[in-house]
Amino acid sequence: MENEIKLAAGAMVSLAVATAALVVLPYMEVRDITPPEGLKPYTSAQLRGREVYIANGCVYCHTQQPRDRNLGPDHARGWGRASVPGDYVYDKPHLLGSMRTGPDLFNIGARQPSKDWHLGHLYQPRAYVPGSIMPSYPYLFETKAAAEPGDEVVKLPPGQGPEGKVVVARPEALDLVKYLQALDHTYPVLPPPPRSAAGPAARPAS
Amino acid sequence: MDSAILSLLGAFLLSIMGLFVFIWSMRKGLLVENPRAASVIFARGEIGQIDDPALQDAGRAHLQAAAAEPGDDAHEGHAPDPQELEHRVQADRSSAFPVFMFIAFAIFWLVLGSAAGLTASLKLHMPDWLVGEAWQTFGRVRTMHLTAVLYGWITNAALGLIVWLLPRLLRTPLIGAVWVMLGGALINAGIASAIGAIGAGWSDGMEYLEMPWQIGLFIVAGFLCIIGPVLYTLVNRKVESLYVSVWYLVAALLWITLLFLVGKLPGVHTGVQQATTNWWYGHNVLGLWFTPISVGAIYYFLPKIIGRPVRSYNLSILGFWTLAFFYGQVGGHHLIGGPIPGWLSTLSIVQSMMMIIPVAAFTINMAGTMWGRMHLVRHSPTLRFMMFGGLMYMLSSVQGSLEALRSVNQVAHFTHFTVAHAHLGAYAFVTMVLFGAIYFMLPRVLNWEWPYPRLISLQFWLAAIGIGIYFVGLTIGGWLQGLAMLDASRPFMESVALTIPYLQWRSVGGALMVTSHLVFAGHFLAMALRFGPARTGAALFAPASPKALELVHGK
Repeated sequence: MENEIKLAAGAMVSLAVATAALVVLPYMEVRDITPPEGLKPYTSAQLRGREVYIANGCVYCHTQQPRDRNLGPDHARGWGRASVPGDYVYDKPHLLGSMRTGPDLFNIGARQPSKDWHLGHLYQPRAYVPGSIMPSYPYLFETKAAAEPGDEVVKLPPGQGPEGKVVVARPEALDLVKYLQALDHTYPVLPPPPRSAAGPAARPAS
Repeated sequence: MDSAILSLLGAFLLSIMGLFVFIWSMRKGLLVENPRAASVIFARGEIGQIDDPALQDAGRAHLQAAAAEPGDDAHEGHAPDPQELEHRVQADRSSAFPVFMFIAFAIFWLVLGSAAGLTASLKLHMPDWLVGEAWQTFGRVRTMHLTAVLYGWITNAALGLIVWLLPRLLRTPLIGAVWVMLGGALINAGIASAIGAIGAGWSDGMEYLEMPWQIGLFIVAGFLCIIGPVLYTLVNRKVESLYVSVWYLVAALLWITLLFLVGKLPGVHTGVQQATTNWWYGHNVLGLWFTPISVGAIYYFLPKIIGRPVRSYNLSILGFWTLAFFYGQVGGHHLIGGPIPGWLSTLSIVQSMMMIIPVAAFTINMAGTMWGRMHLVRHSPTLRFMMFGGLMYMLSSVQGSLEALRSVNQVAHFTHFTVAHAHLGAYAFVTMVLFGAIYFMLPRVLNWEWPYPRLISLQFWLAAIGIGIYFVGLTIGGWLQGLAMLDASRPFMESVALTIPYLQWRSVGGALMVTSHLVFAGHFLAMALRFGPARTGAALFAPASPKALELVHGK
């Protein structure tokens, strides 16, 4: 029995150490964070849009975590200040992302507030950004002979839409754009009070 | 400041202390080599006898002749102990059904998952291809690929490996095979539902943990059904000492169950803490599930094929405990520069560097075992897969350690470089080892030889060249992409445009890998359906007498 107990106990202890460091300690540090004053909770339309963002896997090409100036030109590219834990209080699940096949979207709502641009760009990214490799999302739209009352007609650049028809945004597309417009974290965050500087301070040691 | 340093020091000291306590308790005489423990995989009198079920008689004779060494004369005339071989036959028969089930599922998901992977790869340079339906979009196809290969292929194959190896190593028939099969059914039902859910847009949204937690319940239930019989067999074993592979395999099974359970706990994780949990899981599924399984497999198959025990048993145990204590904490390096506490990235960077210890232990040990015997690779396809995988373990781990350094991470983070690295680990290392293991196991499981041995070599070269093109192309492309992104004077689109040729090369490599999988799956089907010349009796579907089997297994 001796070996089995060592095996099981050792495996559990080693995993417990890792869990303490990467799960439990962050949990305790982040638990009491209050949202910054400028951050508003998502509206229900924005939350529905967030679900569309998740369902279509936007996170696999877009991060939502601008880095500090000493780690990269994120700020110079207009992606915003380095994010802090408080910015993510309402994020469930988190969408920090791990790839920048496309640009960071943490402040896309501030950088590109136009609904028309977003709808058209989702319908055909290459109509707006030549050379883009973002997929087009025609299934978030409908093509019709004529718009009906209440339809949101997408204003595409000349020559981009289907001939003689109009492109109408489906509700998913409208919700998604509302979420993208809400991605605006340009409000100032106060530096954390000196006492708790070690914990939630986002600045990586350099 | 103080709490940061303290927690960092605390975790680090605890790791070191734990490491030494366990090494000390394992082997009270650390410096005394223990050839007996290393030889436990052989029957008495079996050392010096090669074993590669993927070979036919002539190939075996060649391998045996090539493996002969001067000291062997002393053993001549000592046939392997028939009673111990009998135990091995019984162990193999007890696990044959569940192992066959896991491998069949694994190969099914491999074909499906790699086809999805190739589709996703093509979509990155053909963005208007297959966009009409929601399930075809890149974000979903990519995630179906990940779920199918990670959970479908690697996890099934790993479970098959555990269930097949443990009874052999413990010299005890598997107890509760029905429960293992029930677990396998639950897990595969979960995987199928998860892929369907992701295609339909129902996702929990965290990388590696996309499957909805409701479906995750099936996976956890399945793991629990498998852990029961595995532990019960372990406790009722007939051998005295546990071979190092048992440590790796059993610990990995316990780890993945807990990792998955904690990672998928609904309603607990939120915001930044969820991100650290996400990468705690995301890296540990590689480090504490795929890696120990594959390392455990190499520690069994490589010595078994060449008929020589591993060079140093103590070194293998050192490798196990250092892996256990360091690997678990490296996940934070996925969030370097992100909004996480500074101490956490530092801890993960430190532990990433510490990972060099288990990798060095493994590499030195394998190099020592294979010293002067490298030429055997020419004769044994299974050995070729194992050695390729072992070498790639070293490369991918060293690369991973370096990637955690801030200076390298700054460039490689958020780029295709990381994707290339992930495939070096999950494919060139883990998947190649699993291929080799399946080539070794299946003839014993089905009691039927691989009908077309040339296909094994063909598959090896397709897969090896495919992953070679994939890795080299994407590594270069990813690095250039990272450099372009770091240069504020270059527009972002430049970092996109310059990757296109490398993404196309990735598709070429991926196509070769998919082809190799089709060859593999076809060969598997031919074997399961009893194509090819009949060389041995059928065991699984019409059990032959144990006597006849014993002859086969003793060869």
